Amino acid sequence: MRKLWAKITGLAILATLLLPELVAAAGPAAAPLVMVADTRKFTGWEAWWTNLYNESHFWFTVVTVVSIPIVGLLFGVLADLIMGAIGIDLKSRELAEH
Amino acid sequence: MEFFYVMMPIAGIKIFWPGLIILGIGVGIIGGFFGMGGAWMVTPGLNILGFPMAFAIGTDIAHMAGKSLISTMRHGKFGNVDYKLGMIMLVGTVVGFEVGAQMVMWLERIGQVEKYVRILYLILLTLIAWMVFADVAKKKRKEKELAAKGLEADKLATGIEWHKTMHKIKIPPMIHFKEAQIYCSAWLPILVSFLTGWLAGILGIGGGLIRMPALIYFIGCPTHVAVGTDLFEVMISGLYGTATYTYKGRTELVAAMIMLVGAAIGAQVGTVATKYIKGYGIRIAFGLAVCGCAISILLKMMAKWFPAYGGAFDGSATALILGLVAAMSLYIGIRMIIGAKAEVAAKKAARVSVA
Repeated sequence: MRKLWAKITGLAILATLLLPELVAAAGPAAAPLVMVADTRKFTGWEAWWTNLYNESHFWFTVVTVVSIPIVGLLFGVLADLIMGAIGIDLKSRELAEH
Repeated sequence: MEFFYVMMPIAGIKIFWPGLIILGIGVGIIGGFFGMGGAWMVTPGLNILGFPMAFAIGTDIAHMAGKSLISTMRHGKFGNVDYKLGMIMLVGTVVGFEVGAQMVMWLERIGQVEKYVRILYLILLTLIAWMVFADVAKKKRKEKELAAKGLEADKLATGIEWHKTMHKIKIPPMIHFKEAQIYCSAWLPILVSFLTGWLAGILGIGGGLIRMPALIYFIGCPTHVAVGTDLFEVMISGLYGTATYTYKGRTELVAAMIMLVGAAIGAQVGTVATKYIKGYGIRIAFGLAVCGCAISILLKMMAKWFPAYGGAFDGSATALILGLVAAMSLYIGIRMIIGAKAEVAAKKAARVSVA
C-alpha cells in the first residue's frame, strides 16, 4: 500500500510540473507580461509596499499570505467574544435536512 | 468626496472604499451561509468598482482566504467541518487548481480569458441550479409517497442520491468520515476535488460554488457538513490561490484587507444563521442565488453580442447581482436575528423556571 501511495504522490507531483507546461505550450508564443507599480506617488508604508512588489514578488507573496490569516484570526476571535456576550450557543446545532 | 476614495498602491487606481466594505459584508454573509468564497459575486463587484480583471481575481481570492478562516472557525465549533475529508480533498484541489490557473494564464496570453471564463461560468451555473431544483422536487415526491403510506421521512433523507452509486466504488483504501457520516473510497473525494479544483483554477474562484454541491451530491455529506468542510477547503485553496496569484503580481492586499473588515462581520452572521435553518432551506436559497448569478452572466454576454444595447444589459447585470447579494444577505441576516432572539429568550425562560 505504501508503494502505491508513493507512486500516486509521485505521479501527482509530476502532473503538476508537466501539465501546466503542456497547456501553456498549446498557445502561440507571447512576450511575458510585466507589471510595475508606480512608487512615485507614495511615501511611508505605501512606498515600502510598492517597492517590495517591484523588487521581489516572492517576499511580496510571503507578506500577503502571512498577513491574511493573521487578520482573519484576529477578527474571528473578536467576533467570538461578541457573539458569546450576546448569549448565542456557539458549540452545538441540530443536524437536519428538513 | 475624496475621503471615500483610497489609492490602491499596486493597481495604481482610486477605489471607493465603502463599496469594498459593503461588498465584504454581503459576500461574508452569503459565503458563511452557503460555504463558499463568493468569488462569483466579488469578481464582478470589484470590476464594477473599477478593478481591472487581472487584479480583481487575485484580490478576491486573498480576501476569501481570510474570510473563510473566520467562517471555518465557527463551523468547526458547531461540528460542521470534517477535517479528514477536507485534508484528503486538498490533494486533488491543489493539483487541479494549479492546472486550471496555468490554463487561465495561457488564455490571458492569447487574449481570450474573459470570453471563456464567462461561457464556462454560465454552463456550470446552469448545471448546478438544475441539480439543486431537481433534488428538491425529488425529495418532495419521496415525502408525498411516504406520507401516502402513513410514514415520515428520516430527518437526513434527501432527494437525489447519486452518492449512493458513487459509494459502490470500493477501490482501497476505504475511509470512514465521522462528521460527514459516510464510508467510501479515498479516491472518490480525491477525484471530485481534482475536478472541482481544476474548474476553480480556471474560473479564479476558491471553488466553493462547485465543491459545496459536489460534496452533497457526489460524496454524500449532510448540507451543514458540506458547508463547513467546503469552507475549510476554500480557506486552504484560497491561501494557495493567493500565493499563486500574488506571485504572479495580481493581488491588491490593501483592497483585500478593507473587504475583510466587512467580511468578518458578514461571515459570522452567515455562519450562525446555518444553526437556525434546515439543510433544504440552505439548498433552495443556494439554487436561487446560482440562478441569479447565471442570469447576470448571460446579461453580460448579451451586452457583448448586442453592442447597441450594451449599456442597458451591463446595467441590468450589475443591478441584478447587487440586488441578489443585498436580498440574500438581508434574508439570511433576518433569519439569524430571529433565531438568535428565540434562542436567547428560551435560555432566559429556562433560567427563570429553574429559579
